[in-house]
Amino acid sequence: MIEILQLLLYGTLLGSIIALGAVGVTLTFGILGFANFAHGDLMTLGAYVCFLIYTQLALPFWLGIAAAVPATIFAAMVIDRVLFRRFRQSRPIISLISSFGAALILRSLIQIVWGTGTYMYSSQIVMAQRFAGLRYKWDQLGIILTTLGIVIGLHLFLGRTKIGKAMRAMADNPTLARLSGIDTERVIVWTWVIGGGLAALAGVFLAMDTRLQPEMGWFLLLACFAAAILGGIGKPMGAIAGGFIIGIMMELSTLVLPTEYSPVVPFAILVVLLLFRPTGLFAGRST
Amino acid sequence: MTGAGLFSYLVFFLTFAGVYALLAQGLNVQWGFAGMLNVGVAAFFAIGAYTSAIVTTSVSAAHLGGFGLPWPLGFLAAMAIAAVLGLMIGIVTLNLRSDYLAIASIGIAEIVRLVLKNEEWLTGGVRGIAGIPRPLDGVVPGENALVLLALVLLLLAVVYWGLERIYRAPWGRVQRAIRDNEAAARAMGKDSLVFRLQAFVIGCALMGLSGAVYAHFVGFISPEAFDPVFATFIVWVMLIAGGSGNNRGAILGAFVIWGVWAGTQFVTNQLPAEYVTQASALRVLLIGVLLQVILIYRPEGLLPERPPRPIWREP
Repeated sequence: MIEILQLLLYGTLLGSIIALGAVGVTLTFGILGFANFAHGDLMTLGAYVCFLIYTQLALPFWLGIAAAVPATIFAAMVIDRVLFRRFRQSRPIISLISSFGAALILRSLIQIVWGTGTYMYSSQIVMAQRFAGLRYKWDQLGIILTTLGIVIGLHLFLGRTKIGKAMRAMADNPTLARLSGIDTERVIVWTWVIGGGLAALAGVFLAMDTRLQPEMGWFLLLACFAAAILGGIGKPMGAIAGGFIIGIMMELSTLVLPTEYSPVVPFAILVVLLLFRPTGLFAGRST
Repeated sequence: MTGAGLFSYLVFFLTFAGVYALLAQGLNVQWGFAGMLNVGVAAFFAIGAYTSAIVTTSVSAAHLGGFGLPWPLGFLAAMAIAAVLGLMIGIVTLNLRSDYLAIASIGIAEIVRLVLKNEEWLTGGVRGIAGIPRPLDGVVPGENALVLLALVLLLLAVVYWGLERIYRAPWGRVQRAIRDNEAAARAMGKDSLVFRLQAFVIGCALMGLSGAVYAHFVGFISPEAFDPVFATFIVWVMLIAGGSGNNRGAILGAFVIWGVWAGTQFVTNQLPAEYVTQASALRVLLIGVLLQVILIYRPEGLLPERPPRPIWREP
C-alpha cells in the first residue's frame, strides 16, 4: 500500500513536468495546426540555460529560472519567425517537418556549447524526508506546488483575459476565430510566450528531478504528445490532466513492467486512445 | 590517400549511398506517393538488419538463433517482419490525420530502441550481433566489396523499376489522388485506408530490406548503429532534397546528401581532436540547416515530382 502511495507521489511529480510540457504542445497543435517536434528540445534549452546561470556562474537558483524562461521564449519566437511563419500558407505538415529539423538544430547547438555529457544542478546529496513512511524531497514538493500554482494562473488567464479567450477560440476553431476578427499573429506570439515559458520550467524541473543531458527533452516529447491528445488537442486544461494521468501511469507501470520500459506507457496509452477515442477524453478537436 | 585506398573508399561510399537510396525509396512510397509522415524510419531499418542477422548467422548463445540460413532468406524475412510491423502501426494510425502517424512512429522508434538494448536473449543487447555472413563471399570470384556493391546497385535498380511501374499504374494515381484530396478520392469510391496501408507496408518492407543489406555489408550490428533520430532525419533530408514523389529524385538525394555528410567529415577532421564531440554536433547542425534552406527555397527538391500525363484518346 505504502509502495503504491509512493509511486503516486512520484507519478504526480513526473506528471507535473509532462503537464507543463504538454500545454505548449497542445497550444501549438491547436493554434498553428501542427505537432511541434522541437518542443522537447525547447525544454532541454531551458534546463541548460538554468544550468549556466545557477551551476556554472554560481548565481541564485531563482535567477537561473528567471533567465531560462525568457531565453526559451526568445528561442521559440526566433524559430517561429525564421521558419514556421514562412510555412503558414503551406500545408501544416511542412511546419512539422521543419520543426523536426529545428529540434535537431537546437540539440546540436546545445551539444556544441555544453558537450554531450550528463550534468546535475548540484552535486550535493539531499537526503529524502520521511512522512508516514513516504519518501520525498523538498524540491520535489516545490515542483508539484509550483505546477499547481501555474495551473490555477493559466486557468484564470485563459478564462478571464481577452487574449486568453482569443487563444482558446483560436485553438478551438482557427478559421472561425480569424473570421471574428481575432488578431492571429498576436495570439501566435502569446502561444510561444506561454508554450515556451512553460517548456523552460518543465525542462528545469526535469533536470532537478533527474539530470541534464542533451536528449532529455526529446525523450519526454512522446509523453507530452500523448498527454495533449489524451486531453483533447487545443485544450490546455485537458493537456494538464492528461499529463498527470500519464505521469502516474508511467510510475505505476513499474509495478508490472521493468523500469527501463516505462517510456512505452505513453505510447500504449496513445495507441489505445487513437483506436477508441481519437478526440481525447474531454472531446477536443477530432481532425 | 593512395590510389587503392581511394578506390576502396569510393566502393564503401557508393555501397552506403546505395543502402540510403533504398531507404529513401521506401520513404518515398510513404511520403512522396501517399503523403504519410513516418518518423520511425530507423526502427524499420533496425528491424530489417536484426531480422536478417538472426536468420543468417550460425547458432549462438548470445542472441536468438542464429538459424544459419542463406542470405536471400534473411533479406526476405527482413522485409516480411518490417512489413508486419508496418501493417500493425498502419491499422492504428492511418485513418487519422498524418500528424498522429508521425507521433506514433516516434513511439515505435523508441520501443524498438529499448527492445534492441534490453532484450539480450533476442538481440544480444548492447553487445549486438557479430559474424553476419557477407553474401556471395567466395561464390562469385573477385573482390567481395565490389560484388556487394554490385548487389546493392542491382537491388536498387530492381526496386526503382518496380516503384516506377506502380507509380505510373492506376494504383499510383489513386495514391496521389488520396494524398492531394482525400475527400474527392473517397467520393470516387476509393477506400483510402486500404490504399494507404498498402503504400505504408511497401515502404516499411523496403526499409527492412535496406537494413538487411546494411547488416550484411558491415557484418556487425549493435543498437548504437541505429540512432533513432539521426538515422531517420538524414533519410528525410535526402528525400526532400532529391524531390518527394520522384523515384529518381530519391536516389539522387541519397547520393548527394550522403556526399555532403561524408564531405563534412573531411572538414571536421581538420579540427583539433579535443573538439570531436562538437564536430559531430556541428555536422548534424549543418544538415538541419540544409533541410530548412531546402524547405524554404526549393521545397519541390532537385528533381520535382512529374506525374505521368493522362493519355487522352479521341472517342
